[in-house]
Amino acid sequence: MPVIGVENVQSAGAPSACTVGKQGNMSSEPGNCQNHQDHDPDHGDAGPAKQTMPMPVPNLEVQYTKIFIDNEWHESCSGRKMPVHNPATGDLLCEVEEADTEDVDKAVQSARAAFQLGSPWRCMDASDRGLLLNRLADLVERDRLRLATLEALDSGKIFLMAYFVDLMATVKTLRYYGGWADKIQGKTIPVDGEYFTYTRHEPIGVCGQIIPWNFPVMMFAWKVAPALCCGNTVIIKPAEQTPLTALHMACLIKEAGFPPGVVNVLPGYGPTAGSAIAHHMDIDKIAFTGSTAVGKLIQKAAGDSNLKRVTLELGGKNPNIVFADCDLEYAVEQAHSGLFFNQGQCCLAGSRVFVEDSIYEEFVCRSAEKARNKVLGNPLVPGVDQGPQIDQKQFDKILELIESGKKEGATLECGGGPWNRNSLFIQPTVFSNVTDDMRIAREEIFGPVQQIMRFRSVNEVIQRANATHYGLAAGVFTNDIDKALTVSSALQAGMVWVNCYNAMSTQCPFGGFKMSGNGRELGEYALQEYTEVKAVTIKISQKNS
Amino acid sequence: MLRIVLSRTLPRISGISNCQYSAAAIPVPSAQPEVHYNKLFINNEWQDAVSKRSFPTINPATGEVICQVAEADKADVDKAVKAAREAFRFGSPWRRMDASDRGLLLSRLADAIERDTAYLAELETLDNGKPYAVSYSVDVPMVVKCLRYYAGWADKWEGKTIPIDGDFFCYTRHEPIGVCGQIIPWNFPLLMQAWKLGPALATGNTVVMKVAEQTPLTALYVASLIKEVGFPPGVVNILPGMGPSAGSAIASHMDVDKVAFTGSTEVGHLIQQASGSSNLKKVTLELGGKSPNIIMSDANMAEAVEQSHFALFFNQGQCCCAGSRTYVQDTIYDEFMERSVARAKSRVVGDPFNMKTEQGPQVDEEQFKKILGYISSGKREGAKLMCGGGVAADRGYFIQPTIFGDVQDGMTIAREEIFGPVMQILKFKTLEEVVERANDTKYGLAAAVFTKDIDKAHYISSGLRAGTVWINCYDVFGAQAPFGGYKYSGNGRELGEYGLDNYTEVKTVTIKVPQKNS
Repeated sequence: MPVIGVENVQSAGAPSACTVGKQGNMSSEPGNCQNHQDHDPDHGDAGPAKQTMPMPVPNLEVQYTKIFIDNEWHESCSGRKMPVHNPATGDLLCEVEEADTEDVDKAVQSARAAFQLGSPWRCMDASDRGLLLNRLADLVERDRLRLATLEALDSGKIFLMAYFVDLMATVKTLRYYGGWADKIQGKTIPVDGEYFTYTRHEPIGVCGQIIPWNFPVMMFAWKVAPALCCGNTVIIKPAEQTPLTALHMACLIKEAGFPPGVVNVLPGYGPTAGSAIAHHMDIDKIAFTGSTAVGKLIQKAAGDSNLKRVTLELGGKNPNIVFADCDLEYAVEQAHSGLFFNQGQCCLAGSRVFVEDSIYEEFVCRSAEKARNKVLGNPLVPGVDQGPQIDQKQFDKILELIESGKKEGATLECGGGPWNRNSLFIQPTVFSNVTDDMRIAREEIFGPVQQIMRFRSVNEVIQRANATHYGLAAGVFTNDIDKALTVSSALQAGMVWVNCYNAMSTQCPFGGFKMSGNGRELGEYALQEYTEVKAVTIKISQKNS
Repeated sequence: MLRIVLSRTLPRISGISNCQYSAAAIPVPSAQPEVHYNKLFINNEWQDAVSKRSFPTINPATGEVICQVAEADKADVDKAVKAAREAFRFGSPWRRMDASDRGLLLSRLADAIERDTAYLAELETLDNGKPYAVSYSVDVPMVVKCLRYYAGWADKWEGKTIPIDGDFFCYTRHEPIGVCGQIIPWNFPLLMQAWKLGPALATGNTVVMKVAEQTPLTALYVASLIKEVGFPPGVVNILPGMGPSAGSAIASHMDVDKVAFTGSTEVGHLIQQASGSSNLKKVTLELGGKSPNIIMSDANMAEAVEQSHFALFFNQGQCCCAGSRTYVQDTIYDEFMERSVARAKSRVVGDPFNMKTEQGPQVDEEQFKKILGYISSGKREGAKLMCGGGVAADRGYFIQPTIFGDVQDGMTIAREEIFGPVMQILKFKTLEEVVERANDTKYGLAAAVFTKDIDKAHYISSGLRAGTVWINCYDVFGAQAPFGGYKYSGNGRELGEYGLDNYTEVKTVTIKVPQKNS
């Protein structure tokens, strides 16, 4: 999600210091691959970046490892803990209290109490809810380095990306919804008859929120910010792989002054804690971001229990359509970052690149070249472009799909295997001559594997692009205004980018058609997902216009 | 103004006591705050007037000169408009800025003002005469809230895409109007500045603001904060000056795209005329009022008396929305009168820097004399003077809290805006009668009704021709709720989402497409 600062990141590292191709070696060059704790703080200043590059906090100690309920830290009822690893090294970072059904019950009780009619949270001015969210944004800004370091350690994402993209988006999201709090307006409605009717936009109540590991802190903000600005209370379960920044956020939520019980953070596993949230009879709404497979379980759980409202942000197999009349170099670059950003671990990843026949060979050649030039290594070190995948399970799944691509006859242009033995790194991989029926063209890979397909006509590519059960995002590159508008209207996707990719911002709604989800996050649209509308009608003696 | 703010600043007060502003949370003020800025603020720089002229600003509590202030005239307006136009140029930093960053700048301005609350409140009281406890706990906090509110709107002011007929794609862009002239009054100098700047800047306009000659000081200090927080040069320009010279130059300027004015209805006419005879600039006006406040016999008496007192006497009676026609139902008229007189007699008038003071001086000699003139007319035309009626101190512009009873609708004090601490109480019998009498005015700014009966409340609030109607409360303002007048009380709305409309041009963009689909 290149927002501000990404250009800085790319220009500041020494790009060729540690070029990693198929035979790249993590420690062959100085500068890129040292342990971050010994790192020369001036290193990042090389290059044209205007400001001093931020550096990770050295020797960062994990401060918060417990369950956060009612503004207090709790041990798990079961006494169980779960290990949290650094995917770049495999080292154990810490152990975190593992929430299960009983802990969810405790949290729901606390969230319900905080939502009682007459509670401080319910009686608070909407503008003061906004002020609290703004204060939270200020605190995130204060702790930005620490949070970005923690995020990079816990998820393996590039530190500078965490700092410039994830944390920036987190701050902006909190501020944006801080501004909405006192602008969520009901209406007065000219009903027939001698009545006066108005609507109140009320919070739904206790909201369960389950977030993934690919953008841990940013997803946290996407979920809690609209929920809180509308006045709900929250029980949020971060992913078991990446609970650490969420727990730090919990501490900031208390510091900002949110009343106890308004936000509860429960690290735990999906089948236990997650399932308990989805089935809970006293949770009014659930929001989930993750795989389509689990999305179905969530929807079923709501049906089996109390018909809680459900919003889902699920997988994607997003088409990125490149016409011959585009700016080729730019399109190659955008398609590359559209897939490889965040180790390919994006639901938005442009994982089906449809390229028009006449520029196909050139496009493939340049794309493979770009992929080969990617720098893999320690995500805390400037100049590194790609970190490890999140865990062994994802790593194995990606490699299995790569093998299927080879077997089914796609042409491997580069990459195609693990990088650096005994680690979770995967070589940036490009397949050409991919056909629509191959598994790599149908299944979400969630890794650094780019599929490039060939097309001839506008109608053909529209049809092929839509031939998927997903419908999250899509891109189109062309300088022709008619093509741009035709294709963007025709694509079945929640976001269409024209001559850009991953151009997201907090003001702009985000969500999927078809099996990519249900509902929208971000923008004004997200507020609907966190409000109940109440129509109040009063008999009056005489109506007048 | 602002029960809401008061109750939040202070620990919740259940009843309403004589001393509304407990000194507990309010720091002891300096009665002689230093004045840091007394020049024109153009292009983020301090400048002398082209004419080199200056004028004195007076402390209304003593009649003494506080300092000299550079006096803007036409030549300075031209300079400011040039700066504002340059800042608005296509491709300028201000035009290219992310909307969310405009919001951030407004947020930072709110933070800076909050930081300097005590100083700004001192300066406001010195220059305007309003009690310090009010400046500190009402005016400045409301300024902060207003700016924060509009900061939030900056990136939420959304255009639409529109399903027009035919093979077209159609969308609207909400664009800023351009260079906005803003002319603000002296009764709430800081707050009016925020009401004007908040929506104009959130929507991306540039501003040339003329502040009232009676009260230029706080606006100039805020100008320094505007520069401090990082607004680009030329985005906000602040010119102290007189209406007939600087104000007129703004209203008649051929390169000002919009003018917003708050002040008297008389001057509102001039502004609208100036627009018509120059470049048809957009005009929004917030003008005078003669707002009815209707007390039904079933109302909670104690609360109605206190609220009606507050509705009129707040800010020395210098409010455009003052409840200056208090209509009381005949069965409770005598008791209401008795209690209102007792309340007015207990009103503490004096040094505005004293925490016990409820009422300071009027803003200047002109207003002071005008109000005394209205009091004489009331006596002359046969209204019954129940209390007050004269000067309250031997220096400064203090007037006794005054109540007239048996006021008839035709009397001057029942028809004209007095803008002072003079309350008119009128008697009525029926619902239908009072609605008709309440609407029998050229004004239509605000109105209120006190009743426990839900049908009466709805009947009256629907029937009144006024931009704001309060039920069982008065002067309740929120940055979120629109404010403005029917009829001669103005044109357009300030505050709330509605306030954004008045600073926006809507552009419809229509693109031919090969084939439309739903």
